[in-house]
Amino acid sequence: MKTGRLFATIFFLALLAAPIVYKRVLVHRQTPKPGADQDTTALSSYGFRLHEAAKVSGINFRHKSPKLDPKLDHIMEQIASMGAAVSVVDFDRDGWDDIYVTNSGEGTHNALYRNMHDGTFRDVAPEVGLADVNSRETGVSMGAVWGDYDNDGYEDVFLYKWGRPELYHNDGGRHFTRVSNQTGLPPWANANTAIWFDYDRDGKLDLFFGGYYPEDVNLWNLKNTRMMPESFEYAQNGGRKYLLHNLGNGKFEEVSAKLGIQSRRWALASVAADLRHTGYPDLFIANDYGVSELYLNQKGVRFHEAGKETGVGYAPKSGMTASVGDILNQGRYGIFVTNISEEGVLVQGNNLWMPHPGSTGDALKFENVANAMGVELGGWSFGGQFGDLNNDGFLDLYQVNGNISLDPDHSYWYDYSKVAGGNRAIISDAANWPPIKGRSLSGYQQKRVWINDGSGQFKEVSQLVGVTDRFDGRSVALADFGNTGELNAVVANQKGPVLLYKNHVDPQNKWIEFSLTGLSSNRSAIGAEVEVFWNGQQQIQEVSGGSGFCSQNQRRLHFGLGKVTAVDRVTIHWPSGREQELKSPELNKIYKIEEPV
Amino acid sequence: MSARADVISSAPTGPESRPHAISRFFSAQNQYLAPLLITLILVAGNLSFGLLESFSKTALAIATSMLVEIALSLLVHRKFPHLASAYITGISVGILVRSPAFWPYVLCSAIAITSKYVIRWRGRHLWNPSNFAISAMLLLLPEYVATLSIQWGNSVWPMLIVWVLGAIIVYRVKRFHITATYVTCFIALSFIRSLITGHSFLAEVAPITGPMYQLFIFFMITDPKTTVKQRWAQCLVAALVAVAEMILRLAENIHAPYYALSIVGPIAVAIEIYLNGKRRRPAASAAFSSAVIR
Repeated sequence: MKTGRLFATIFFLALLAAPIVYKRVLVHRQTPKPGADQDTTALSSYGFRLHEAAKVSGINFRHKSPKLDPKLDHIMEQIASMGAAVSVVDFDRDGWDDIYVTNSGEGTHNALYRNMHDGTFRDVAPEVGLADVNSRETGVSMGAVWGDYDNDGYEDVFLYKWGRPELYHNDGGRHFTRVSNQTGLPPWANANTAIWFDYDRDGKLDLFFGGYYPEDVNLWNLKNTRMMPESFEYAQNGGRKYLLHNLGNGKFEEVSAKLGIQSRRWALASVAADLRHTGYPDLFIANDYGVSELYLNQKGVRFHEAGKETGVGYAPKSGMTASVGDILNQGRYGIFVTNISEEGVLVQGNNLWMPHPGSTGDALKFENVANAMGVELGGWSFGGQFGDLNNDGFLDLYQVNGNISLDPDHSYWYDYSKVAGGNRAIISDAANWPPIKGRSLSGYQQKRVWINDGSGQFKEVSQLVGVTDRFDGRSVALADFGNTGELNAVVANQKGPVLLYKNHVDPQNKWIEFSLTGLSSNRSAIGAEVEVFWNGQQQIQEVSGGSGFCSQNQRRLHFGLGKVTAVDRVTIHWPSGREQELKSPELNKIYKIEEPV
Repeated sequence: MSARADVISSAPTGPESRPHAISRFFSAQNQYLAPLLITLILVAGNLSFGLLESFSKTALAIATSMLVEIALSLLVHRKFPHLASAYITGISVGILVRSPAFWPYVLCSAIAITSKYVIRWRGRHLWNPSNFAISAMLLLLPEYVATLSIQWGNSVWPMLIVWVLGAIIVYRVKRFHITATYVTCFIALSFIRSLITGHSFLAEVAPITGPMYQLFIFFMITDPKTTVKQRWAQCLVAALVAVAEMILRLAENIHAPYYALSIVGPIAVAIEIYLNGKRRRPAASAAFSSAVIR
């Protein structure tokens, strides 16, 4: 008996000590060795090094939040906590990617940074007509996505707002004309996500955008304060969804209900990709205050919501980004969704949905492997994007975070959790929410740069490769601004500066890029897939009309290849159904390819 | 002595005095009542609203609790234990712990069961096992562990069902006065907190409308193994837990109910043990020891 109790006591003490030992080991492993040169270490250990260079590159932009209805004054920082967005586009077709960033303060200007080909940028938004777009009367910007909806060769822009959504036609890369009234857009939508995609493959880009707050809510003039989510996990009182079918004459037809998209969940992110290799893009929506939704495309005539069938529609969380990537070089897409993780309060964990081995077509099943792959804990996570940051042949993951950074010594979490757990009669009324009073809510967080080792494990290296900012990151986009085969990161921060992390990659790692132009397919080639085969590996990427949180990566597809001497072949699957193959393309080269007619 | 090996049934055994089957089912002597009802709530909640982090994590917590209980009972008492108590400990860990990883469920369950065998005084363990383990996890591993803090669904019906079922259970096992005292105190103290903080009364009372509190007030604070025996003292302790929780809440402690119970509960039990020596507990109370979250 005594021996047994002694053993039980030792076992008990060991159980209590285990977490302490585990954490000490973890901290020791993650602490960089003192004295080591960080540039050299990052390059030799991880194959790349990032340097923040926004100001020296001519980007001097600071986001401002709107001032909404005074009835929300007590929680204004919480409500007005989105709107910093970034999208990458080559708006003037000079072969160099440009940057569009949004602002959200009434009277503030958005900026369009033209790439000056020498590592610097210049804001040309005022002269092209894309700056002065934020006002109390018409609403303020939440994000922008670019797509050539009229196939004239120039990328047009859809600007979604808490307010009047706007479509601007690109007039030859010199000016933008507002065409919203002619195209059939709704008069008001509190939208936080939008993407271009050609869901019916008719060669004309269609537009999806999703509401966050209901469309009958004017946040500057509230009828009442019962405009909050009715639940922290099961809310279905958010904004409606819009699917605008491109009729081809500059007009769109709203077809969301007709095609089966009728959700009123609180959408924050969406992405389209051909997840089942049917040739038609499926639509994934990450929702705040609830489960994600996956709309399977039924040959362009209907969407079938299959969240539960595919496994992504369980375990409601706070979805804030949606990005796809062939993470394991298997020719299949995984889907990354960010959520909230706050120590001891709410550990939702991010989701990394990987297709279950062997499941295909309509029997497609996903499994959340974020924990197993090491990308689950990202703080109060917002935007995340896949891209091969070190050109080693595997997609890495850049994720920003941080919700509200105010007083660093006082947290709003207690009051937030108090009401968030309450019945819907309590949570849905903003008047019941305790005042934030200058406190932080998951602020000053360390960003995440996860590098993919190719065997199913990601390693977090942000501090080691130079990503050290603590701003409230919202939106991140990856692009090769210098046409050097190096993916840079541009980050939009809420009430903070736009950051440009320029990348220096180990030159021993090779790369190849593809800039596609559709002819039978939509001109932007959105939905086109490129498969690269090299050294016994393969990787597939799809041209995207928007991904992440309120963001859009470069249109061009970038593949890292590692230390190889040749690429075997490249296959291009155009949205029209055509296939094209390149044999033994050169390394370290940007291929500009037109769809064969 | 194991946590369940000392359960003594005081129910009459003669056929003439045997209660009706339904009445017997809903009685303090039915040590399977609470496990069964909690399981039903759990399954219904998960099928309707995805209440659980995952079935597999809850199953892991239950399996760990049972295995550790068996191992320690054989090691310490040389006999096979009754597993209803370990089952409820596991299921409570499965419901209340929130973590994307699997290992916290194993660790928390193991700590809970082991605490019963180690932290004892004069033959009684002081802490409610799951309360102790969850508090320890929140203190030691806040990066990986949180607790259930949200609703089950939008509808008021699931909440009403849990309240009704929970009330029936605690009433049948003669513990309703503890729950009623705590709820009354919580609501009254919410009003006082509202006056102090300036926040709306609804904001202060909101937490008790969530599922975590429903489990807490019905199945955790009523644990006879770790509560005092006198009825008036039980009410006093429930009130003191509510007061301690208010103090912690005013200090903006998110896990106030867990910490309040883990502070007040063992002190009250220790005082009782000290005052009463080794007096045996009423059998009816002991029989309920499997019918609570442990």
